[in-house]
Order: sequence, then C-alpha cells, then structure tokens
Amino acid sequence: MTAYITRRLLFVVLVLVAVSMLVFGITVLLPGNVAYLILGQFATPEQVHVLELKLGLTDPVWLQYWRWASGFLTGDLGVSTLMDRPIGPLLADAISRSLMLTGASFFLIVVIGLGLGIVAALRHGRPLDHGISIGTYLGIAAPEFFWAIIVIIVFAAWLGWLPSSGYEPISSGVGNWALHLIAPTITLVLGHLAHVSRLTRSSMIEVLESPYITAARAKGLPERVVVLHHALRNALLPTITVLALDFGRLMGGIVVVETVFAYPGLGRLIIFSIQNRDIPTLQASILVVAAIYALANLFADLLYARFNPKIRYGRNVG
Amino acid sequence: MSVEQTVETAAVEAAPRRPLPMQLKVGLAITGTIVILGLLAPWIAPYPWDTISMKTRFVAPNTTFWFGTDEYGRDVLSRTLMGTRLSLAMGVSATLVSLAVGVPMGLAAGYFRGWVDELLMRAADVLMAIPAIMLGLLVLAVTPPTLWKTSLAVGFVYIPPIARLARSVTLTLANEEFIQAAKARAEKTSYILFREILPNAWPPLIVEASLRVTYAILLGSALSFLGLGAQPPSSDWGLMIAEARSFIDRAPWIALTPGFAMCLLVIGVNLLGDGARERLDPRLKTRMGKS
Repeated sequence: MTAYITRRLLFVVLVLVAVSMLVFGITVLLPGNVAYLILGQFATPEQVHVLELKLGLTDPVWLQYWRWASGFLTGDLGVSTLMDRPIGPLLADAISRSLMLTGASFFLIVVIGLGLGIVAALRHGRPLDHGISIGTYLGIAAPEFFWAIIVIIVFAAWLGWLPSSGYEPISSGVGNWALHLIAPTITLVLGHLAHVSRLTRSSMIEVLESPYITAARAKGLPERVVVLHHALRNALLPTITVLALDFGRLMGGIVVVETVFAYPGLGRLIIFSIQNRDIPTLQASILVVAAIYALANLFADLLYARFNPKIRYGRNVG
Repeated sequence: MSVEQTVETAAVEAAPRRPLPMQLKVGLAITGTIVILGLLAPWIAPYPWDTISMKTRFVAPNTTFWFGTDEYGRDVLSRTLMGTRLSLAMGVSATLVSLAVGVPMGLAAGYFRGWVDELLMRAADVLMAIPAIMLGLLVLAVTPPTLWKTSLAVGFVYIPPIARLARSVTLTLANEEFIQAAKARAEKTSYILFREILPNAWPPLIVEASLRVTYAILLGSALSFLGLGAQPPSSDWGLMIAEARSFIDRAPWIALTPGFAMCLLVIGVNLLGDGARERLDPRLKTRMGKS
C-alpha cells in the first residue's frame, strides 16, 4: 500500500509539473506584448522596453518559466497585472468561496445521488425507477448555464425566495450568507446528480443479483442490512471513481455557475482574468484548479484501493 | 410449396436480426427531426433571424410569433432554428477534429507500444488533468474568439478520451491472427494500421464519437455563453441564452426556447449513442438488458 501511494504521489507531482509547463507555454504564445497591454496603446517604445526589462520579458523562455515556477513553490504567485496586487491573497479568497460552493454541492450530490441510485435499483423496472431515470437523463441533457437560468426564473423571478445573484460574507450574517449560496448550489447539484445516481443504480442492480446477496438473504438477514452493508460496499467501487471525476467536473462547472450568479470565486476570477488579459492571474488560477483536480483523483484512487483488496495486496500496481 | 419456402427463408433471415433497441429508434427520430429542421432552417424559418424591428420588441409567444420575440424584435423561433445549424456544426466539426488527431495517436500508441505509447498517453494524462472547460478557456485565451476557433478548441479538449479508446481497441486487435498474417506478408506498417486495424476499430469509435458530439455541443455553447465563442448578432444557442439573461424576469421565453432545443438535441443524440452501443456490443446488451 505504501509503495502504491508513493507511486501515485510521484505521478501527481509529474502531472502538475507538466501542466505548469502547458499553462506557461500557452500563455507565452499570447499575441500582443504584455508590456503594451499594461501601458496602453500610447506607450512609447522606450517605456515598453523599460517595463519589459523590469518584468524580465526579454529573458529566455526557460528562465522566465523557472522564475515563475520557483516563485510558485515558495508561495510567491506573482502580481496581478490588472489589479496590481499580489495574486496569493486574491486567489486564496476566491478558492475559499469556491470551495464552500463546491463542497456544499458535492455533499448534496453524494447524498442525493446515492440515495436515488439505491432506491431506483431496489424498485428497478417499476414506475419510480423510470421516473428517476428520466429525471436524471434531463439532468445530463441540460447544460449548467441553462439550469442556472431555470433556477433564476423559478426561485428568483417567480417565487421571489432567493436573490438572483451576488455573494455576502459570513460577517454580514449567516442567514444572508447561506441564502446567496443556495441558488448556485442547486444549479450545480441538478447538473451533476445524474452521473452518480445512474452509476449507483446500475452497479447496485448488478450486485443485487450476485449469489452472495442471495446467500445473505437466505441467512435471513434483514433487507436493510443486505442492502446497506453487503450490496452497497461492492456497488460503491465504481461510484467512487466517478465521484472524483465529478468533483473535477464541479471545478469546471463553477466557471459557468459563478459567472451567472456573479459569485466571486475561482471560476469568475478565471473569466475575469481572460477578459482583462491578466495573464499571471490566469496561469495561477488554472494551475490551482489542476492541483485540486489531481488531488481529488489521487484521493479517489486511494479510496478505491482501500476498498478493493485486489489493488491493496497486488504487487503489479500502477 | 412455394409459399412454405418463402416462409422458411423469411424465418431464417429474420432469426439473427435483432430488433432495433427502443432507445435507438427514439433517438433517431428526435435527432433526425432536429437535423432536418436545422438543415431546412433558412427556408422554413417564418421570419429573418437577424432583422431588427423595434416595433415588435419583447412580444410574448402568440399565434404570430409562436415563441415570442427578443429585445431587438427578432423572432425567437427563427433564431433558434438557425442556431440549430451552428450547434450541429460545432458538435460535428469539433468531434472530427478530435477523431482526426486522437485516432492516429491511439493507433500508434497501441500498435508500437514502448516509448511511443508512454509519451502519447502521458501527454493525454496531462491534458485530462485540467477540467475540459478550463482547457478550452486556456486555449481560447490566446486568440480573440470566433466560432471556428471555439470548435477547434473543443475538438482539442476531447482528443485524449478518443486517443485512449483507440489505443485500447488497437491493443486487443494487434494480437489477432489477421494482423500477424499481415505482418508475415511484410505489409507496410501504415497499411496494417489504416487498412487492417482501423476498419475493425471503427464501431466502438463511432459510438464514442456520437456521444462526444453532445459533449462538444454542450461545451461549445458554454464557451459561447461565456463570451468566448460565437459573437453577436449570431444566433448560437449559448449566446442567445447569455444575451437573454438581462431580460429573464420580463421575457423568459427568449432563453427558454433555445435552452429546451438544446436539451432535446442532447437527449436525442445520447439515446442514439446508447442505443447504438447496446446494439454493437452484445456483451453489454445482456448486462443492460437487465436494467
């Protein structure tokens, strides 16, 4: 198990190094001189040259990369070219707000998704199962921004229960803070519920038909124990991997949802930095997302190994 | 005598032919209708999609404008119909890009193994380490947005999954006898890859690609929604919904019409893909048959 964890950790580090090169490479290819962008189009060539020297833009690319990447390792993420503030604190605020949003959504997706999947599997072939299937099919079909629009129409325009956008810090009152979280959370949950519930359902159906479940029932165990202790443990295996992927998708989903609801998190920071050509902020944000994504995948692999003895004790793992 | 004969041959012919799965039929009907409507859009759209008319702003759905009009008085139905073409074009062209790059990558990785395999698949891992929409954003941040660049970016984003699938199919095919025979005949490697392996690898790839079309449509419209795809006055669905956001409490129909059109298209293609997969892969069919 230790060897397995070490290998996986090493792999995550390698992937992140490669991603950092990709992020750096793509944004270096950007047409239009960064110094020009900062100074505006009326800058004299001398001014541009001075700023280029100051920002180190005349150095070879590998040196620029090294400066940027080593800064990252020491916690110096650079300075936002647009806001003229260090990126670190800016990003930290955005991440904490985004994690509140994704955390709440993820929790609900796991609970509701597993619940729906289990219920559908137990009732499989009956009307309730079909209803859940159709509902989840709709969930996949509608893009997040359309779910967002529907949530706004129903809860903000129609019922008037929720604010249609914005964010309030906890300091302005827990109730107010939570109220602004609900609409984006509902949107994310609706769009991502389907994967978990459909997969749970199909793996539950498969497991429930296996001989060891029949044996457990034949022993006279109560159905609740059979379902929750015997069947669910095995049925969860494929679901765990999908959950990690879903967490990654949630990190992608926040871009759209935060934009629609004007929620000042990581996703909105990324869009904002693209619109304003704030390249250092964009690079740092995307790298952070990749890191969170990679860690989620790592965590899923470890959970998978924990539950699956074949990997836990296997020697040929990778 | 002759009647009996015909009955017998008919029975023999009918026996191995399985009925088309329900999903496939429904999916085909929905997708077919939308594709035809999209192709015929310029001729069947009741009004021009881009003519501004200030007298008919924000008209609610009625018998003249079935789905109402938008903030410039343009007919929402006509715009949605024209948008169908853009969405389909986006989905199909992006998927073709991923196939054109991903399939050769996967074939090479699965056939040559060794360092080629390692290099290509690790590259795929790196691309998959960033959520799809952010990879698309990263690519589009480099250039000013237009619709074709967005489809290129979306195609780029979905190269890795296609390459992985092509690789795994190639891995199993590479050990088959007919490949060994081709090697024994000293056929050229390109011949083996594209004439022997590729034709046998198509079925699973086509199914995967058809499902990828819906991902591409959704991602492309999300990018347009964020302002990094089609630009006004285009009637791209994502852009239409983005523009309708400001009037959501006054005129919800402007956003709802293209939104539901997109749902319908995605459901149709998904059903088509699921049905095709079920039909092509009998092992899966028995498993899914239980559900």
